[in-house]
Amino acid sequence: MMINIRWHGRGGQGAFTAARLLGAAYSFHENKYALAFPSFGPERRGAPIQAFTKLDEKPVANRSEVDHADYIIFLDDTLFSEKVLADLKPEGKVLLNTKRSYDDPRILTIDADSIALEFLKQPITNTIMLGAFAGVFEGITLADIQEAIRLLMPVKLHAKNIGVVAVASYRIGEEVVG
Amino acid sequence: MAKEFLSGNEAFAYGIRLARPQVISAYPITPQTIVVEKLSEMVEDTSLQAEFIHVESEHSALSCAIGASAVGARAFTATSSQGLLYMAECLTYASGGRFPIVMMNANRSTALPWNIYGDQRDSLSLLDCGWIQAYAENAQESLDLALMSYYIAEHKAVSTPFMANLDGFVLTHTYEVVEVPEKEQADLFLQPYKTENKMDLATPRNLAFSVGPDHNIAFKYKEHVGILNAKKAILEAESKFAEIFGRKYSGLTESYHTEDADYIIITLGSIAGLVKETVDKLRAQGEKVGLLRLRYMRPFPNEEVAAAVKNAKAIGVLEKDISFGNEGTVYTNVNSALQKAGISVPSSNYIGGLGGRNIPEEEILYIFEDLKNEKGIIEFLGVGGAKA
Repeated sequence: MMINIRWHGRGGQGAFTAARLLGAAYSFHENKYALAFPSFGPERRGAPIQAFTKLDEKPVANRSEVDHADYIIFLDDTLFSEKVLADLKPEGKVLLNTKRSYDDPRILTIDADSIALEFLKQPITNTIMLGAFAGVFEGITLADIQEAIRLLMPVKLHAKNIGVVAVASYRIGEEVVG
Repeated sequence: MAKEFLSGNEAFAYGIRLARPQVISAYPITPQTIVVEKLSEMVEDTSLQAEFIHVESEHSALSCAIGASAVGARAFTATSSQGLLYMAECLTYASGGRFPIVMMNANRSTALPWNIYGDQRDSLSLLDCGWIQAYAENAQESLDLALMSYYIAEHKAVSTPFMANLDGFVLTHTYEVVEVPEKEQADLFLQPYKTENKMDLATPRNLAFSVGPDHNIAFKYKEHVGILNAKKAILEAESKFAEIFGRKYSGLTESYHTEDADYIIITLGSIAGLVKETVDKLRAQGEKVGLLRLRYMRPFPNEEVAAAVKNAKAIGVLEKDISFGNEGTVYTNVNSALQKAGISVPSSNYIGGLGGRNIPEEEILYIFEDLKNEKGIIEFLGVGGAKA
């Protein structure tokens, strides 16, 4: 069964990098396939962008954008409105970087900005939201995400990002329980 | 073989590295840029031993590749859209000179209105230039085509330049799982380029000359025979490829459940993936539908098209192209194939995806439903019919 993930961010926040890391991490294993792509077009810093990851146990043939998602992940809560819930599948979840709390079981929140400032010393939340996803989605392990970071990110970013995805995977867990 | 997560552009660059071209000349244009960037990185890090020539235009990019090929070098270039149109003058020099250059074209809309997104009007408008034209569905096929393209183009009976087309963005910029062959395997598959059709100080000869009215047609006939010979060379390349790498391709076309299909969509490029999924869904509901994917537009698979659709009740050609004032060019070619084979099956033409417009599953479902009317229409998807 294909899992459709849609990422929302702003140009420069690394939403597509997260989408691509996830696709790579998932497809490390036998008979696991993925597709990852950004919303296409000229790149502008700060402009709203989307990125997409599709995960499946057979090659993914449908290259269309994701209208009905299993997960919608927001790197930036200024892009979020509850209207987006209409794009979720019945069991779908929104993973939202925010300091606010929502009384809706479909919305899982994490204060990724604070985690980013504490661990990365800069407000970049893409790998944190990826770690949060690994904490929620049972089909992928933290170790696979960390291996994708090792393979695909520049060496100087490895240590901090490998650490911070683990932190995020636990924190989103706490939010779910809480 | 190593499993990697690559975009179509990257996969094609990996395939070209395995083919070891000696000269790469290119000018960047969206959405082709990344294949050229990747290859220049490979030359820089010496994982590819080639001369990388930054030229000032697409016209020069192909001129330069022709020059390289004319001294016996394996040459590569890449372009897209307006860049392809700008080098159009050189296309016939390459084919008429029988220089087996390989070019990747990232399919993109042509101006005006100016648009950087994908459709196939750029390459389809140049079908008559004497180049082999292939269309990839996914990143794996892109890599494999890159490697096979030289085998086919340089084949002694062919000696014809090869244009490998990848849908802009939806294929060039989409990341997916790709098996990357080992260098040693690739070297088993593809030998270094050897030709007598080159400038050579030891045995000087005249190349790229003029031919007057008396003999010109004989040269054009030989050119035609050369590209027709590619049909056999493609099968030969794919059979050797399957032996070495274990991946199989099906020649000029790919049939997907056409054998007993009442309604068949004929299309090309990456949209075939969605059509396959839709065929699976409709088949699960008991509908006899199928897909015929054209992997090559030149040489054109006349016999394969006729054989695949001869028992169908209706066919629909879905293409990202329009020949203004007539119909989609793929549709014209398909109908000609049917007419020559004496097959009378209602055919319709669905023009979609122009300027990168998304073709959703609903439109594929609509086409299969509409084909049941067996009425033979030309329709711009989401816009309407345009019957003359």
